[in-house]
Amino acid sequence: MFARRNLLAGLLLALVACKGNQPSDAPAAKAEGATPAPKKDEAISLNGAGATFPYPLYSKWISEYNKLNPNIKINYQSIGSGGGIKQVTAGTVDFGATDAPMKDDEAKQAPGKIFHIPATIGAVVVAYNVPEVTGTLKLAPEVLVDIYAGKIKKWNDPKIKADNADAKLPAKEIAVIYRTDGSGTTAVFTDYLGKISPEWKEKVGVGKVVNWPAGLGAKGNEGVTGQVKTTPYTIGYIERAYASQNKLPMAELKNKAGKFVSPTIEAMSAAAEAVEMPDALFVSLSNAEGDAAYPITSYSYLLVYENAKDPVKGEALAKYVWWGLHDGQQFAKDLDYAPIPAKVLAKVEARLKELRSGDKKLLSGA
Amino acid sequence: MSVSHDVSPLIRGRSKLLSRFGREVNWGDFVFRRTTAALAALVILALGAMAFEMVRGSWDSLAKFGFGFVLSRVWDPVHDVYGALPFVFGTIASSLLALCFAVPISLGVAIFLSELAPMWLRGPVGFLVELLAAVPSVVYGLWGVFALAPWLRDTVEPLLANHLGFLPFFQGQQHGFGMLAGGIILAIMITPTISSVSREVLRAVPSALREGALGLGATPWEAVRVAVLPYARSGLVGATILGLGRALGETMAITMVIGNRSEISASLFAPSYTMASVIANEFTEATGVLYLSSLAEVGLLLFVVTVLLNIVARLLVWRVGRLPEGGRL
Repeated sequence: MFARRNLLAGLLLALVACKGNQPSDAPAAKAEGATPAPKKDEAISLNGAGATFPYPLYSKWISEYNKLNPNIKINYQSIGSGGGIKQVTAGTVDFGATDAPMKDDEAKQAPGKIFHIPATIGAVVVAYNVPEVTGTLKLAPEVLVDIYAGKIKKWNDPKIKADNADAKLPAKEIAVIYRTDGSGTTAVFTDYLGKISPEWKEKVGVGKVVNWPAGLGAKGNEGVTGQVKTTPYTIGYIERAYASQNKLPMAELKNKAGKFVSPTIEAMSAAAEAVEMPDALFVSLSNAEGDAAYPITSYSYLLVYENAKDPVKGEALAKYVWWGLHDGQQFAKDLDYAPIPAKVLAKVEARLKELRSGDKKLLSGA
Repeated sequence: MSVSHDVSPLIRGRSKLLSRFGREVNWGDFVFRRTTAALAALVILALGAMAFEMVRGSWDSLAKFGFGFVLSRVWDPVHDVYGALPFVFGTIASSLLALCFAVPISLGVAIFLSELAPMWLRGPVGFLVELLAAVPSVVYGLWGVFALAPWLRDTVEPLLANHLGFLPFFQGQQHGFGMLAGGIILAIMITPTISSVSREVLRAVPSALREGALGLGATPWEAVRVAVLPYARSGLVGATILGLGRALGETMAITMVIGNRSEISASLFAPSYTMASVIANEFTEATGVLYLSSLAEVGLLLFVVTVLLNIVARLLVWRVGRLPEGGRL
């Protein structure tokens, strides 16, 4: 009885062993002993989590990159910037992604140094639904602040009329729509409002969820889009892709140089060109200088540990990010994002080359 | 390995186990009893563990704000100030509003289906009503955004404001999104629950009561009013409570239509916010310790409110059950 059982177990073991050794390079693996070097065809899976805002671009990157490197599987969960920061800090994912850079106290909680890698540029647009207005609405920043502060209540307010002399503005109440769920989009938008109005910054503040002085809350970009689309006399802020895909009119905003600019890819790039990127590799692009710059523009960042725990995964991740910042940038425009400007890219490249695992630089070959 | 022909182990012997009273007890019954008891205990343990975990999670917030958390109206994550009164109000008000709409409709459906409808109609209509319960709540939410809210904004709310605008309930800006939309969505969602349970309760009323009333010359309406409803009273209250439970916990659909604004307003047109919604909306992006803790405390509050309402409801069932059965003509 026992003998038979042992025999069976032995057979099973042998079977497992055979299966494991099936690739012909089995002897090589044995020779290398306990720390096998990464083999070309070894499946590597990378997990990431974070911002929803760049998700369409990241998922495009992942599918394209997987076509080129079938052995590398990348999962990206778009659970929101805050969730991305939490997960990367806890080490449950290999990389994170966020729209708003990590705060100092958040960075302190992480077990290692985390690099911010600007990966793409997006814009938050002000969409509106005023059936009477056929042209494009023009909004000065102070007017936008006053609308969101509940001080301008009607569409025919003289302050709105001042910049829209030709538009037929109705005497209807403005229904202000904001994002009710925590989101990087709100952080970018309130960052802009805070820069325009010190009173806003002090009373309401800047963040992913704020205590809005006026308006109605909708859940997600799709929720705000839905409410603006179905409800006349509304105004709402959303990511550019949602407005363009749903054909919602987007307001032209007056930038710092005093020009009215619509949220085109070029205007987003102009904002990124105008702002000097510091060594930390994160910076706010809102209210940027320059005639052509769209004022509510923002980088979206990948969060990567400087010192990867696992050299194999670390190298795969570094190569993927490198690819995304070079070959991946071509997909940006079609998905309503702007590519990273060349002079910023040079800085990012230098930073990516610092990525290491122990003493080993991960991108030595790149 | 010899094959044994001894089948004696397969025959269930008399149990060797003795109960407290010296009687023999069957092993199977013993195991059965203990297993089911353990399963029952598991549910209670899970409830206890949940309560414990929520108190632990909300400890920072409890320590910082104390009871003021329940009474404060400010919810400001930027300045780390949290108060849950608008959410508590929004949850209770929207659920009660939903009951106001849903209970008469459900009772009507249930009475029609159990007492008045022709036999061939009862099955299909009952099935269709129950089908409402199978629609995912996000679908209700989408319907709310694209159909209900515009209809309320363009038709219902102006009408109410014009004719009943002197009441505080029907004043203010008409968005379509708000307490009224939330109440209606919830009402539609809980109607199948209340009506199907009510129908079963009414069916369980002995037909002798009905026949007796009819035999004494009562009209169908009188028979229902005098004989059937009083007998079924406590069951009907129970059905309503099941509906209330669903309304209190509903998250997705109501989040999409209630306007999500932490405000307390008497007007049904005004936006409001519920406890379940604020947790669903803000939890994923909450990073601060106090912020997370406050959201956990909102969860704890929802738990407490649900338990309290259920206790009140149980008392009501009990109280109603003790009333004399039968009504006056």
